[in-house]
Amino acid sequence: MWRRKMTKTEYPGIGETLYTDTLPNGLQVCVIPKPDYRKVFAVFRHGLRGADRRFTLAGEPKNTPAGVAHYLEHKMFDMPEGNALMALEARGANPNAFTSDAMTAYHFECTDYFEENLRTLLQFVSTPYFTQESVDKERGIISQEIRMCEDSPDYRVYMNLMRCLFSHSPLRDSVAGTVESIQDITPQVLYDCHKVFYHPSNMALCVVGRADPERVIAMARELLTSEGAEKPGREYGGPEGALPEQSLSEEDMVVSAPQFFIGAKGGPLLKGAPALRERVVGSLALRCLAGTSSPFYIRLYGEGLLNGMFGCDLDYAAGESMALLGGESRDPETVLQELKKQITTVATDGFDEALFARQKKAAYGGRLRVLGSFEAMAVGLAEGLFAGFCPLDAFAVLKTVTAAECAGWAAEKLAPARLAMSVIKPKE
Amino acid sequence: MWLTCLRTDKFKNGVLSVSLLTRLCRENAAKNALIPSVLRRGTKRFPDMDALAARLDDLYGASIEPVVRKLGEIQSVGFAASFADDRFIPSGGTLLEDVAGLMGEMLLSPNTRGGLLLPQFVDSEREKLLEDIRARVNDKISYSRYRLSELMCVAEDYAVDASGTEDEAESIGYVPLTRHYHELLAASPIEIFYVGSASAERVESAMREALLALPRGELDEDIGTDIRMNTLEAETRYFTEEMDVGQGKLCLGFRLGSCMEDPDIAAIRVMNAVFGGYASSKLFMNVREKLSLCYFASSGVDILKGVMLVVSGIEFDKYDQALAEIFAQLEAVKRGEITDKELASAKASVGSALLAAADSDGALESFWLSQNVQGLEYGPEELAALVDDVTKADVIKAAQGVECDAVYFLKGTGHVEAEDDED
Repeated sequence: MWRRKMTKTEYPGIGETLYTDTLPNGLQVCVIPKPDYRKVFAVFRHGLRGADRRFTLAGEPKNTPAGVAHYLEHKMFDMPEGNALMALEARGANPNAFTSDAMTAYHFECTDYFEENLRTLLQFVSTPYFTQESVDKERGIISQEIRMCEDSPDYRVYMNLMRCLFSHSPLRDSVAGTVESIQDITPQVLYDCHKVFYHPSNMALCVVGRADPERVIAMARELLTSEGAEKPGREYGGPEGALPEQSLSEEDMVVSAPQFFIGAKGGPLLKGAPALRERVVGSLALRCLAGTSSPFYIRLYGEGLLNGMFGCDLDYAAGESMALLGGESRDPETVLQELKKQITTVATDGFDEALFARQKKAAYGGRLRVLGSFEAMAVGLAEGLFAGFCPLDAFAVLKTVTAAECAGWAAEKLAPARLAMSVIKPKE
Repeated sequence: MWLTCLRTDKFKNGVLSVSLLTRLCRENAAKNALIPSVLRRGTKRFPDMDALAARLDDLYGASIEPVVRKLGEIQSVGFAASFADDRFIPSGGTLLEDVAGLMGEMLLSPNTRGGLLLPQFVDSEREKLLEDIRARVNDKISYSRYRLSELMCVAEDYAVDASGTEDEAESIGYVPLTRHYHELLAASPIEIFYVGSASAERVESAMREALLALPRGELDEDIGTDIRMNTLEAETRYFTEEMDVGQGKLCLGFRLGSCMEDPDIAAIRVMNAVFGGYASSKLFMNVREKLSLCYFASSGVDILKGVMLVVSGIEFDKYDQALAEIFAQLEAVKRGEITDKELASAKASVGSALLAAADSDGALESFWLSQNVQGLEYGPEELAALVDDVTKADVIKAAQGVECDAVYFLKGTGHVEAEDDED
């Protein structure tokens, strides 16, 4: 019998231990045991993600309706013997799922019956069971979810930015689709998508909390034996260029003040150690440039151009990376101009060394804080597995990052010509 | 002044909060809410945001943020800090003392001129408070919840939001605000909370040092929440407002009634779960799963005030159907139409959420502030054990006096109901 010891990695500086293993069928498993805690968070990432609308199978191009991954996520909980959500809740677990362009993930948090809950999770994600009646019934529910999002300025300002930034990427489409597009989703479409993307080498299981790594891996081996069929080719329409499709989008809604999102495409996704380094460098550069303790933010806050709703972050999905900065302002155009000026200054002068040194300390503390959230850790591990890195290595990488590297990142990735802005203006 | 200290090695961050408790009322809510934001702009030693930001970055990105909360009809204002535990600081350190000291400076020695809070700080933060208050309308779901509370409790202080009202906020000047700040410091009972690896002695000594200059006058002990047992009028009140939205937001407000005379908190939590507290609840299983009327339909209880709110998002013309189903499900709970499986699942869910809260520093902080305000001494684990003992009879008893006081519906502009649509 195939047998290999799982890998154990210690992170003494931050007090974490990581166990990893790859099953014969290609499934990757990560466990961070937390014996001092009662709770456990487990996430099982499926192969199909929001951006996977078009793909090739045996050389044949396939096209599915917008929102299919999200629809599948809703219906995965149905099992021949009943609803898996209810089975998990009956044991006190708190189960849920989400679909983004980067992943579809099914997860639960629990304080008791971890192994029973894990068994249920692994089984329902592996068991497609869709009836015409249940698929039809879900349409009303998902339609209301779509309507709820459409009433949200946060969602609209984000979607409009995606349409500014990207020319052809599936990121232009809403993950949930539209009330119209989901009319074409049938049980057969869901069965097909589940089958095509249910490929263990496309999937990952990550657990953080009071769990025994040996048991988690043994259960995954026992329950996930499928070797998977042919791996589908993802079709996102080729890499995007560096410049945005359009530089500005404006829309009116009932809001108290303009809501804005500024973004830039960062180029194709990297893999492995360079991918992790790029993330550590990029987030530290954003912190130095426009974080809540940066001179830029403090100045605009003092001038009444920004308030506490402002934030910035990096995002990675559908083969693309991007930087996003957003919030509320009475004058988003001035914020954009000021940001461009700041970027130009950084491109010429770099970051101040004293500012950089303290921001680096703060970044360490910020990363330490994330370790307090089992959910953020488990989802971060699942994301890292597919990009070929472990997020816990970020602490070591951070130590080696230089001010010049961060300034170079900002100058290149946030070059003024690459920026686009989406604004939701108050309706008159 | 009260200190709640939880010593544990399991968290990598410490959480420290200082909460000044005062009566929630329309006249003062905005002023109270503004105070911590103004104090956060600069201290004598760190006179502006740049200096404070540099100091906090240097403390490994410790955060000290203004926190304004509504606990029934008590307004809690103060600061909450989160900071790396000394064990994980590469160079070692005394972050607890540093953070406690800085929080004390923010609270007691702000940057002033002639003893008055700086007008530029007050003006700037007042504008931000106004922006926050006006931004309530942006999230249509929480806006509907806010409007319902305001309309339902029109005769009670509970109608006021934690950040106050626009009218009150607009007129705040720096001189009266300085006076109000001194009154708040002198008269408010103070709750201090800490969870982390430091001993209680160390926390107490750090806080004594940090709050040495606290001026104390006669404490306002007469704060608390007036629990209304019945609905305001004999019949449920119905409110409808219009806005440019694509989905209707339906909000129902209930008085818990008789069970609030001697509240069995565990039973009330289980009752709420059975009715609409999670995905296996009656509301979720019927309004969403059976009738496909919505994506979300859930209930939540504010035990401090004895009210329960139900919120859902529906098509405009499904109003009558959704309302009828929500009422029908409440009646089913009252009649005790609860299967053993429903009860067991609800208890497991409520109990497990409490045990998980004991594993989260932030959840522990808000749990204990709420317990302390109610004068309750048990922790989440003890409450979970009480939940385990809840019977069906307890749930029926908790639901018995529940009455709908007000219904609020936010619908699309100019939407006409089908039956009124005459060709």
